[in-house]
Amino acid sequence: MDKLLRLIGQRLGLGLLTLLVVSVLIFSAVELLPGDLAEAVLGQAATEETVAAMREQLGLDRSAPVRYLEWLSGAVVGDFGNSLISGERVSDAISERFSNTLMLAAYAAVIAVPISILLGIMVALLRNTLFDRVANVMTLTSISSPEFFLGYILILYFSVKTGWFPAIASQMGDTSLGDYLYRTFLPALALVLVVTAHMMRMTRAAIINLLASPYIEMARLKGVSPLKVIVKHALPNAWAPIINVVALNLAYLITGVVLVEVVFVYPGIGQLLVDAVAKRDFAIVQACCLIFAATFILLNLAADVGSILTNPRLRHPK
Amino acid sequence: MSNPKKEVLLKIEGLKIQGFTDDVWIDIIKGVDLILHRGEVMGLIGESGAGKSTIGAAAMGYARDGTRIAEGSIEFDGMELTTATQVERRALRGSRIAYVAQSAAASFNPAHKIIDQHTEGPLQYRLRKRMEAQEDAMDLYQRLRLPNPREIGFRYPHQVSGGQLQRAMTAMAMSCRPDLIIFDEPTTALDVTTQIEVLAAIRDIVDQFNTAAIYITHDLAVVAQMADTIKVLLKGEEVEEAATEEMLEAPKKDYTKSLWAVRSFQRPQKARPADGSEAVISVKGVDAAYTGGAKVLDDVSFDVCAGMTVAVVGESGSGKSTTARVITGLLPPSKGEVLFKGEALPPSFRDRSRDQLRQAQMIYQMADTALNPKVRISDVIGRPAEFYSGLTGAALKQRVDELLDLIELEPSQYYNRYPPELSGGQKQRIGIARALAAEPAFIICDEVTSALDQLVAEGILKLLDRLQRDLDLAYMFITHDLATVRSIADEVVVMKNGQVVEQGPKDEMFRPPHHPYTDLLLSSVPEMDPNWLTTLLEERGVDNIGEAARTGQRAP
Repeated sequence: MDKLLRLIGQRLGLGLLTLLVVSVLIFSAVELLPGDLAEAVLGQAATEETVAAMREQLGLDRSAPVRYLEWLSGAVVGDFGNSLISGERVSDAISERFSNTLMLAAYAAVIAVPISILLGIMVALLRNTLFDRVANVMTLTSISSPEFFLGYILILYFSVKTGWFPAIASQMGDTSLGDYLYRTFLPALALVLVVTAHMMRMTRAAIINLLASPYIEMARLKGVSPLKVIVKHALPNAWAPIINVVALNLAYLITGVVLVEVVFVYPGIGQLLVDAVAKRDFAIVQACCLIFAATFILLNLAADVGSILTNPRLRHPK
Repeated sequence: MSNPKKEVLLKIEGLKIQGFTDDVWIDIIKGVDLILHRGEVMGLIGESGAGKSTIGAAAMGYARDGTRIAEGSIEFDGMELTTATQVERRALRGSRIAYVAQSAAASFNPAHKIIDQHTEGPLQYRLRKRMEAQEDAMDLYQRLRLPNPREIGFRYPHQVSGGQLQRAMTAMAMSCRPDLIIFDEPTTALDVTTQIEVLAAIRDIVDQFNTAAIYITHDLAVVAQMADTIKVLLKGEEVEEAATEEMLEAPKKDYTKSLWAVRSFQRPQKARPADGSEAVISVKGVDAAYTGGAKVLDDVSFDVCAGMTVAVVGESGSGKSTTARVITGLLPPSKGEVLFKGEALPPSFRDRSRDQLRQAQMIYQMADTALNPKVRISDVIGRPAEFYSGLTGAALKQRVDELLDLIELEPSQYYNRYPPELSGGQKQRIGIARALAAEPAFIICDEVTSALDQLVAEGILKLLDRLQRDLDLAYMFITHDLATVRSIADEVVVMKNGQVVEQGPKDEMFRPPHHPYTDLLLSSVPEMDPNWLTTLLEERGVDNIGEAARTGQRAP
């Protein structure tokens, strides 16, 4: 167990280092963009003097490394500065949006992860049958269609034609959980359709990969039923790749859902980011990017730890 | 009680099994008959590809993926398995017919405790409750002389040694007290000293419960200890069948005779040159350890002279392969040095010159994995020739042809082929040619014949011997097979736990008195005498036969 803790510590440290590198990249990428906020805000009224005055007011006249360090020291304690447009604190602007995104991601994940693993087990059991092929074609179709298109199809059938679910998920405020789940069902479903195929196919592949192992043949020759062979003998050894692909998809659910948010007018962090880029609100852009990077790093760390915990050789050393 | 051995338990008639290769079904078992009585042990022997394992699986009504039972009948205790339903067949497996696989390490599920895998069968068939099944497992562990029988089952497979796992697997096969057990090469992956324990345990338990068994192996000496009757197979067909003693004394068919005679090859032993010329390779006082690990070599010293073969023997984990890694510079020693013709070699291969590197080459145990399947034979052999000798174009082609000639493969036929198209023996020959391409003075042969059938292995040994004479090569022969040592070695180094326990000329090593460990190693090599195991166990003071009487028979 000590070994595990040390490993988690090491990975966390490495993750922080990665995050630092990412912060440099984000900051320099934003620096490289042509034009700055002062010019953008002033627009037609930008004369040399007004731009210079604006820059001074915003602190843009100082050198890039100085501004980077200032930004970084704030970011470490959770202060990402103020929005350059609205003057609102970035952390305030982001926190609500981010928790909305997390809610939606969790909603989709709670449906998608069990379904795809169950489906994966079933298609592994019934491999090369009609069921296997149909499941494959359907999930592949859903992953191959652009998610905004899926979103519109869902709206067309479940909202416009039948009227079962609302097409827009924007009215938030004080809604009960049930109401929330009802309102956000369509965007969640769109996300489920997008991520299921990947996880299901990985589960199938990871299990089938093991079916040629001597210990699987041994289980069969002990008279173990086909379902038990897969669930009890193959699955416990297949967790590592499955966990990794689940983590990857969870990261996607948090960081890659802009289009779905736009289609369903859902106030998530993706929309905020797109707005901020359009308005050159770099404080928010930088903060969002850093949060996305941290999400990826944390989920990958979780996947690594999960793989280790499911490996009996590492869990029970000699 | 009427003679139980007269009751037919398993009757296979005209069995044909097909395998699916290159889009067609090909016969791999071509009409085999087999009759096994209750309590009888039949040995199935033959080389790889003879279909032994396939027949073993078929006796359970099981066809491996990519094979099918095409024709014939398999009747187990009055039940026809070829026409039975999946569910009926499955109900026999584990309960009435059990299976013991070749590699227990691979056949135990790494994710579950040993005892949970043991009790899976009895629980599934509702023969015992969990606690009873666990008690029974511990009882069987004790009968199989596993250490800590009450505790060992609660470990995971990777926490237990190979020999112990193999015994635990035999115990698992016994968990439902089956009528028939299929042993599929159960000791092939074990050291000779461990093999003895497992053989004794298997024979013991089969005797105690009067279980019938099919014992599959390619090792004649082993089958002689275990079987009442022996059936010899060749390419999916029966060659002959007879009672063990009869078969050993008077085999009828030529093929069987050739199998029996296989270890006849023995070349004359050479002595060290009298002029006291320098050894080609000289290992001096070497200690070595893997990063962060304990010492795996402790003060290892020996010499290998030109034109001579030094066999390094010992159990797995004794440090044989580590010594090879130190010599080739893959693992720099923590103490001591390796001399080449009297000159110290840099500890790491990185610091050795190209000429120093060329002098020591390796041939590996698994030719399968040591050859890149996507590289043509001409390149496999051509690259080292190009790298070390700078040959190109026509000169390189000529050199490759020469090398193929040397290993007795027709150049024009093999030049453009890929390793997967070759047989095991041919692949090993390519491995030899690759080592020769560097024009070395010294070759390390790491278990080069242990993955091969005996006839093929003999061919490889003869080839190595001829090459040694023609090219004046020095060999270091790593092996755990003492028959190989007997046929090819001039000197023997016995290793245990990273130390050299004894070394000297071969004839001295095979003649007493020995270091006790050498003794143990030598006496553990199975002999063709069917009474060898019994005699040996008596000598060692293990009362093999008496144990059944002592623990008493338990009804299933």
